[in-house]
Amino acid sequence: MTDELPGTDVAGRDARPAAGEPLLRIEGVAKTFGTFRAVDGVSLEIKAGEFFALLGPSGCGKTTLLRMLAGFEAPDEGRMLLGGKDIAQALPHERPINMMFQNYALFPHLSVRDNIAFGLKRAGMARADIATRVAEMVALVKLEGLEKRKPDQLSGGQRQRVALARALARRPQLLLLDEPLAALDKKLRENTQGELMELQRRLGMTFIIVTHDQEEAMTMASRIGVMKSGKLAQVGTPRELYEAPRSRWIAEFVGDINLFDAESKLRDGHRLVIGTRDAGALVVAEPREAVGEGKFSVAIRPEKVKLSRRGPVSAAGHETAINLLDGVIADICYLGGTTTYKVKLDTGGMLQASVANSARLDVDAYSLNQHVVAWFTPDDCVVLPS
Amino acid sequence: MSARRIFARPARFAAIAPYVWMVLFFLVPFGFVLKISLSQTAIAQPPYEPVFDLTAGWTAIRSAFAALSIDNFRLIASDDLYVFAYLRSLTVAVTATVLLLVIGYPIAYGMARLPKRWQAVAMVLVIVPFWTSFLIRIYAWINILQHDGLLNQILLALHLVSQPVVWLSTDTAMYIGIVYSYLPFMILPLYATLAKMEPALEEAASDLGAPPWQVFWLVTFPLSLPGVGAGVLLCFIPVVGEFVIPDLLAGSNSLMIGQTLWLEFFTNKDWPVASAAAIVLLVVLLAPLLLYERLQRRQLEEQ
Repeated sequence: MTDELPGTDVAGRDARPAAGEPLLRIEGVAKTFGTFRAVDGVSLEIKAGEFFALLGPSGCGKTTLLRMLAGFEAPDEGRMLLGGKDIAQALPHERPINMMFQNYALFPHLSVRDNIAFGLKRAGMARADIATRVAEMVALVKLEGLEKRKPDQLSGGQRQRVALARALARRPQLLLLDEPLAALDKKLRENTQGELMELQRRLGMTFIIVTHDQEEAMTMASRIGVMKSGKLAQVGTPRELYEAPRSRWIAEFVGDINLFDAESKLRDGHRLVIGTRDAGALVVAEPREAVGEGKFSVAIRPEKVKLSRRGPVSAAGHETAINLLDGVIADICYLGGTTTYKVKLDTGGMLQASVANSARLDVDAYSLNQHVVAWFTPDDCVVLPS
Repeated sequence: MSARRIFARPARFAAIAPYVWMVLFFLVPFGFVLKISLSQTAIAQPPYEPVFDLTAGWTAIRSAFAALSIDNFRLIASDDLYVFAYLRSLTVAVTATVLLLVIGYPIAYGMARLPKRWQAVAMVLVIVPFWTSFLIRIYAWINILQHDGLLNQILLALHLVSQPVVWLSTDTAMYIGIVYSYLPFMILPLYATLAKMEPALEEAASDLGAPPWQVFWLVTFPLSLPGVGAGVLLCFIPVVGEFVIPDLLAGSNSLMIGQTLWLEFFTNKDWPVASAAAIVLLVVLLAPLLLYERLQRRQLEEQ
């Protein structure tokens, strides 16, 4: 039965890797539906205790990858090693993995208690132990007093908690979460994000979350894998993805960014002077990976762009050289904490600058058609292959 | 509320229309049948007495009322022929309904799991037999099941039997006919509940450690119970009163209540006993009907 599986903790025995050690190894996994290659040769290693996010637009294969981990789809190629054992062909009920479904998939004919106890009963756990574990789970997700309710007598947030408790009850080695917060409204979603992170830390469990919401992935995950057309485009910490995107596509997918197509490049010590059509010559720090012969662009995040009425002193060719661009304010978008200005550069391009509203009174605000100098340092620029 | 006000509002009229229908086409005829069941057979036109004659005055009507009796019901209760007919009807109906459920459930389940565009095709295939007259289809079965019919020809050709098997005029033939005729009524409500069931529920069950048979018994089947209830009643109730299929396909040594009723009414011209038998049948069928009603109400309350 299920509790004979290595690493299943339902029966109290445990043989799972310690935090920080590799838990899951995905090697060259691929899945094709008809002629559509949903997952195309994904390799990935996830360590025990990680909160890993699979991020990507719809149809990128992230859900298919998750469903293969749960066992609902069998990969056509590749291996999936959990604690060293290949689970690629194991049936869903044989895996020490549990999943929280997008629309929760709570059993409508069972009470909250029976929903949470479902997986424990299947594992042949003793009745008294089940009662203890259910009570523990109910307390964990703060659902005390609702044990006898049916799912349709609960609010959306409560249903989400039941789904979480049900998936956690078996203490899986790996918890999969398929868009777990998509059905909640914004405020509740933000609170729940915090609670999920806190829970994951406290239980020391390994979570893999699938989401299309890059903010959600950035907030919660310790590492993010960005997927595009069935392939992993980049894996890294949220900061790595944001500040050092590997391609133009990732830079645009994760957050806002200004992009200028390069036309020429010139080495200047540790820097490159890159000629662009829309923003003139830009001084950028030399990228770690040499820029190839192909097309590339210079990218700068809006919040790295500073605005002022007059530019700071800068000497071209000097170590402290910064990029100064003249323009006029073309559009203002007030967002509360920040204001996004669109600057029409004299060189022809458009530049977005995000400025923190650090003072309540708008003495520092710029008005439409006002002349400004936009400036940023070479280190704030990223050179991206197109 | 005056009648004029009710009919002035179409919505209100629509609300009472079903009741008007029930009174006119169920309650009033039922009253006639009930009255005939309390009468005695007579060689007359109509073939029973007393007959209410509203023109004959008050005393005549009172004596007509006094002439009513429950003798026919006593007869039905005391005569083995009727008791056996009821028992046989119920046995046949229970057996047939179980067969229908066992055969219909996998078909409905398979349909619900087909790709969407094939579901519509399967649906048409289930309904298509209705385009041919029911009687013709039963006669076709006589052809298939008779001594030198298609079934025996196939069995002989495949050397599965050495002699033609007697199918016709057996209970087997009757069950084949009933299952064949009523299968759509079992499949359609089952399909409707199974098709709208979220597939993620079965996945969640297997994710939580349930092997396939437990997924079925703990999740799929309990959640399909409303469909099972509807299908069972849609088949059980008409099969109890079934007349044509047992008459054409089953042997004549034991009769179902529908056949007995027909004999009383047309052969014996005993309208009162036939009416009493019909009333008893209705009472027998009331139990599952009330059950269904309660089931439906509980389902509504849960939503």
